[in-house]
Amino acid sequence: MNAHAPALAGTPLPETRFSVPGMRCAGCIAKLETGLAAVPGIMSARVNFTAKRVTITHAATLAVPDLAAALAGLGFEAQALGGGLGDGLVAANDDSKYLLRCMAVAGFAAMNVMLLSVSVWSGADGPTRDLFHWLSAMIALPAVAYAGRPFFTSAWTALRHRRTNMDVPISIGVSLAAGLSLYETIIGGAHAYFDSAVMLLFFLLAGRWLDAVMRDRARDGVTALLRHTAPGALVQQPDGATAWMVAADLRPGMTMLVAAGERLAADGDIIAGRSHIDLSLLTGESVPVLAVAGDTALAGTINIDGPISVAITAAGADTGIADIARLMESAGQSRSRYVRIADRAARIYAPAVHTLALLSLAGWLIAGAGWHQSLLIAAAVLIITCPCALGPAVPAAQIVAAGTLMRAGVLVKDGSALERLAEADQVAFDKTGTLTLGRPQPLTLDGLSPAHKSLALALAQTSRHPLSAALRRALVAQGAVPAAIGDVTDVPGEGLSAQWQGVPISLGRSDDDGAALACALRVGDAPAIVIRFADPLRPDCAASIAELARLGLPASILSGDRAGAVAPVAHELGLAARADLSPQDKLAAIAAMKAGGARVLMVGDGLNDGPALAAGHVAMAPASASDASQNTADAVFLGDSLAPVAMAVRVARATAAIVRQNFVAAVAYNAIAVPLAIAGQVTPLVAALAMSGSSIIVVANALRLRGAAS
Amino acid sequence: MNGLVILIPVALGLGLAGLAVFFWSLRHGQYDDMDGAALRILIDEDKPAEPDDDA
Repeated sequence: MNAHAPALAGTPLPETRFSVPGMRCAGCIAKLETGLAAVPGIMSARVNFTAKRVTITHAATLAVPDLAAALAGLGFEAQALGGGLGDGLVAANDDSKYLLRCMAVAGFAAMNVMLLSVSVWSGADGPTRDLFHWLSAMIALPAVAYAGRPFFTSAWTALRHRRTNMDVPISIGVSLAAGLSLYETIIGGAHAYFDSAVMLLFFLLAGRWLDAVMRDRARDGVTALLRHTAPGALVQQPDGATAWMVAADLRPGMTMLVAAGERLAADGDIIAGRSHIDLSLLTGESVPVLAVAGDTALAGTINIDGPISVAITAAGADTGIADIARLMESAGQSRSRYVRIADRAARIYAPAVHTLALLSLAGWLIAGAGWHQSLLIAAAVLIITCPCALGPAVPAAQIVAAGTLMRAGVLVKDGSALERLAEADQVAFDKTGTLTLGRPQPLTLDGLSPAHKSLALALAQTSRHPLSAALRRALVAQGAVPAAIGDVTDVPGEGLSAQWQGVPISLGRSDDDGAALACALRVGDAPAIVIRFADPLRPDCAASIAELARLGLPASILSGDRAGAVAPVAHELGLAARADLSPQDKLAAIAAMKAGGARVLMVGDGLNDGPALAAGHVAMAPASASDASQNTADAVFLGDSLAPVAMAVRVARATAAIVRQNFVAAVAYNAIAVPLAIAGQVTPLVAALAMSGSSIIVVANALRLRGAAS
Repeated sequence: MNGLVILIPVALGLGLAGLAVFFWSLRHGQYDDMDGAALRILIDEDKPAEPDDDA
């Protein structure tokens, strides 16, 4: 298939993974796999539709840009997944696979031991019972050793740090039950708890695995949304040639050439060219600013119209963007201190269980029972109180809720995010890109005749300028058809011009260079028609904010934009607003709200919102947000509408209610079962019934969340 | 009792076989792309079927 293949035989061929969000159907899979395999140098391509990824095995001579070009040739926009990010994903999926393997072993053992136990409970005795107990031991002991590892290692880590968690009573209970049952088996006793031990492991592992699956799924979803732009720049070499350099290699003093539409990789001074710079992700400023030679340009901003040359003044860790990253890191530490609800329950529960078991052991010893019987009762107490229902109680509810939310367009990253979302009692919105769409739309097209519309569309569709793109979207939505034009020229910073039936036409900068975004359509000598643009509010904005208020979350605006741009939005929505905030100011505003006892839900999209997102009790970002914001946020919502924010809060609250009900059920169950266990009345049969019964109740209760998003 | 000598190994053997198959399928990525697997059946292949590889 390829000339390089024989030479490389024996060494593994490089594999590169791409995120291809555009695949939608079986046809796309076939097109990608057969189309890529036909490209010289590509050995094979395998699509993972669930994760919207394609893995390409190729000759070492092909680099990432070549592969991306091959994908683009097939009509798919693709981003390479590489470096630390990709490795992190593999490791995470391994974690859930490890839990699944443990669960499979525990499930196998639980079923087979139960098969043998049922015969014992049905009255098998004598040598048959002993034989069955020995068989159970041979199945259960290796299974406990294999499937119990996640709990044993976690319990050991906790104990070594002189802490206790839910895994400590689980580990002690399971080991004690297995050990004592082995002793019972050796002396030919009547009761063995092998079935309880493995069943307990099975149910608990099911809970852990659900938790891991939920995290994997959300992370895959978010990864597919990220742009993964490896920041870098085209650098002018001393000999006049140009070379692409990654951001880490850029140094002050170099000159980088930034084409229209590119993101700046370093801070610097513009030395040549003239262009509009989009600061919205960095500062929240909604209107692109005109920059000419001598002005300063900052890393992370986007060059919109014309090519510019920038003399780098700061790169890497010295840029303004890196300061924001450092702020985010330190602000995020408070969130990592959040203790999940199951762990909070364990802090009370674990010591209580240990005390109860010890007390029953001591009580029965004092009452004159032998060591053997007393230990057996203590083990029964540990097993019966072991939070079998508590294990799946929280994750089962959360994974059902996360699935419901995912179908409704909200990706929640983990269970802790759902818990914190339910606790939020204030909400702070960024303006540009969060309350608003973050992209311009024409205010009105009424000034254009149908003929003008088709001319404007014909011109606009030849350019990637944001205003052209916005105009094209709006005109196509109105059903305009492009006119036939020729000789299209695109002068950066000026606009587009062309010939139409011998008449010169142009779509370009408006002469009246006010603060608002505008462009002008000129046909021949007729007066220019000015089309004004604005960044509109997201659909359902007012309704969502009203619903949040009804849920007890008063909203406010924290914007980096000018006060003049924030005021109309704040007035229209009836919200308190603060404008002209730097990332540090936003962080301080969140900190002040927190100091006042509020639990803030921060919703933002820009790099400048990053520290505030990290500092908020919980954070959400739209799918159009910067990569850093999506990574920091606890949940990402898809689509233009703001309605998912309120819906997510509602579902999170419903989840918290279900979790509380599950806890109440678990406590009620313990109130009945523990006295029985302490009294020594819990046989292995009772333990098995209690365990499966409580788990089924908990899971059935969690399934009620399926319709919570509607 | 004599029946048990045959039936119990059979029951355990079947269970172990199921477990082994599950481990095999997990290691060979059978659950990696559940949505894709549902769609692949719709792909019309004009050329002769390729040998199935698990790459």
